[in-house]
Amino acid sequence: MSRISIDQVKHVAHLARLAMTEEEAKAYTEQLDKMISFAELLNELDTEHVEPTSHVLDMKNVLREDKAKEGLPQEEVLKNAPEHQDGYIKVPSIIE
Amino acid sequence: MVSLFDHKVAELHQLLHKKEITVTDLVSESYKRISEVEDQVKAFLTLDEERAREAAKKMDEKIGTDEAKGLLFGMPIGVKDNIVTKGLRTTSASKILENFDPIYDATVASKLHNAETITIGKLNMDEFAMGSSNENSGFQVTRNPWNIERVPGGSSGGSAASVAAGEVLFSLGSDTGGSIRQPASYCGVVGLKPTYGRVSRFGLIAFASSLDQIGPITRTVEDNAYLLQAISGLDPMDSTSANVDVPSYAESLTGDVKGLRIAVPKEYLAKGVDEEVRQSVLDALKVLEKLGATWEEVSLPHSKYALATYYLLSSSEASANLARFDGVRYGYRTADPESLIDLYKKTRAEGFGDEVKRRIMLGTFALSSGYYDAYYKKAQKVRTLIKQDFEKVFEKYDVIIGPTAPTPAFKIGENTSDPLTMYANDILTIPVNLAGVPGISVPCGFADGLPLGLQIIGKHFDESTVYRVAHAFEQATEFHKQKPGL
Repeated sequence: MSRISIDQVKHVAHLARLAMTEEEAKAYTEQLDKMISFAELLNELDTEHVEPTSHVLDMKNVLREDKAKEGLPQEEVLKNAPEHQDGYIKVPSIIE
Repeated sequence: MVSLFDHKVAELHQLLHKKEITVTDLVSESYKRISEVEDQVKAFLTLDEERAREAAKKMDEKIGTDEAKGLLFGMPIGVKDNIVTKGLRTTSASKILENFDPIYDATVASKLHNAETITIGKLNMDEFAMGSSNENSGFQVTRNPWNIERVPGGSSGGSAASVAAGEVLFSLGSDTGGSIRQPASYCGVVGLKPTYGRVSRFGLIAFASSLDQIGPITRTVEDNAYLLQAISGLDPMDSTSANVDVPSYAESLTGDVKGLRIAVPKEYLAKGVDEEVRQSVLDALKVLEKLGATWEEVSLPHSKYALATYYLLSSSEASANLARFDGVRYGYRTADPESLIDLYKKTRAEGFGDEVKRRIMLGTFALSSGYYDAYYKKAQKVRTLIKQDFEKVFEKYDVIIGPTAPTPAFKIGENTSDPLTMYANDILTIPVNLAGVPGISVPCGFADGLPLGLQIIGKHFDESTVYRVAHAFEQATEFHKQKPGL
């Protein structure tokens, strides 16, 4: 039994914003299936009463004073933008 | 082949101080060596020769004054290409950042400026640090200086190979699942992954934020300690950098390991580890015993779950971190997109390499609705068990010792067909990242002319003991004195 279908793979690719051909989707279905079945090794372990670790150090919220600092100059920020106009970053129109 | 870089930092510092050499000499040594061997090693993605030479000239005027007193003053360094450097192209070895020109410096880069090292260039890696061989670089495959048919390891392959080849005195790498220690092992150099939080990650292009750490790659343990000293410490720009005192690491290099209690996990010498690797570790333990340390076999019972845990967690974090590469604010953008969403999808499909896409897919899946608890949260829970394995052992022992990698450097192309066999290379280094503790790889032998590495793992924020043991071992052996015949 496959753990993931080609339709699921296409859905995940959409969520990840990755364009994918039919052929690629097929290949990913196989590869992901392998990786997921490998990951299912973890199901051997009973973790019902184990707390998850998202961070290894015992740190609480790290806060700083809410004080404005100088931002980056517009010219610098736009320097790496693929397309810009009048100080704005340009993308294809999103409203018809 | 005699090189200025056969000297340690402290010796070069003395030579500069006595005006027997200049900073220009050091920088020239780098670029001369690069011109001789780089076509074989392929460690660099970008060189910064003009600026480096200019800086050297200015610094030469300061020699003999108080301004040249810093130990790292004038020392030529290479920087892994996922560490942003203002005005110096930074690609993370990805086509999606091929022309990226950073507008700020990573904290470690600022710290290097303050220490007045000279950046020679940016070093090749697996794309976004995802890989163990440098074969996943979007641009070139770095070669192992000991045998150019072999991989240098990864993902900090360029960082390790450039040091081993004598192209730079030392370098910075980053380690998410072994990416400093494994290439250090494969290339016969010293590489340390600091405790999570020891070094600021600000300006490190993020792969897996709960695991990534920047660390030094050097020829000797002493130099490693000096370089870590320069980059460590709390940083207001990284909320995960730790507010913990940074001791003087050089002071820990006493050579004294009498009474040291070493734990050797049986899982680290089990099936799958080459016999020669196993033997080199047992020989190393004999050396440390002679120096007065004792060792016992222990168990890290959840070791076999580390790899699956790591791939779920690191891929999940990567899928979120790499969402920023969308062709809008910086980096590559696809030509003629039909819509904004088409722009995102095509840009990412064209800009990312296969391994990166594979991990984004796995991570997106593991975080998606309906699967989050079964995969991502499950892995976070197993991470707790792995971390507790280490805590238990460290109640009774000072360090944990084992091999860095199960084999010496493999052949280019040997492990590319199945991602899972490639991943298995990191089986001995990954648990260390999951637990967040520090680990070093030091040269401990050779197999068929290829270097082997000994891994020494310490308690949280106890890099000092890790260095003390690594240094004592290094001083009692000759492995670190050998150089590739390149």
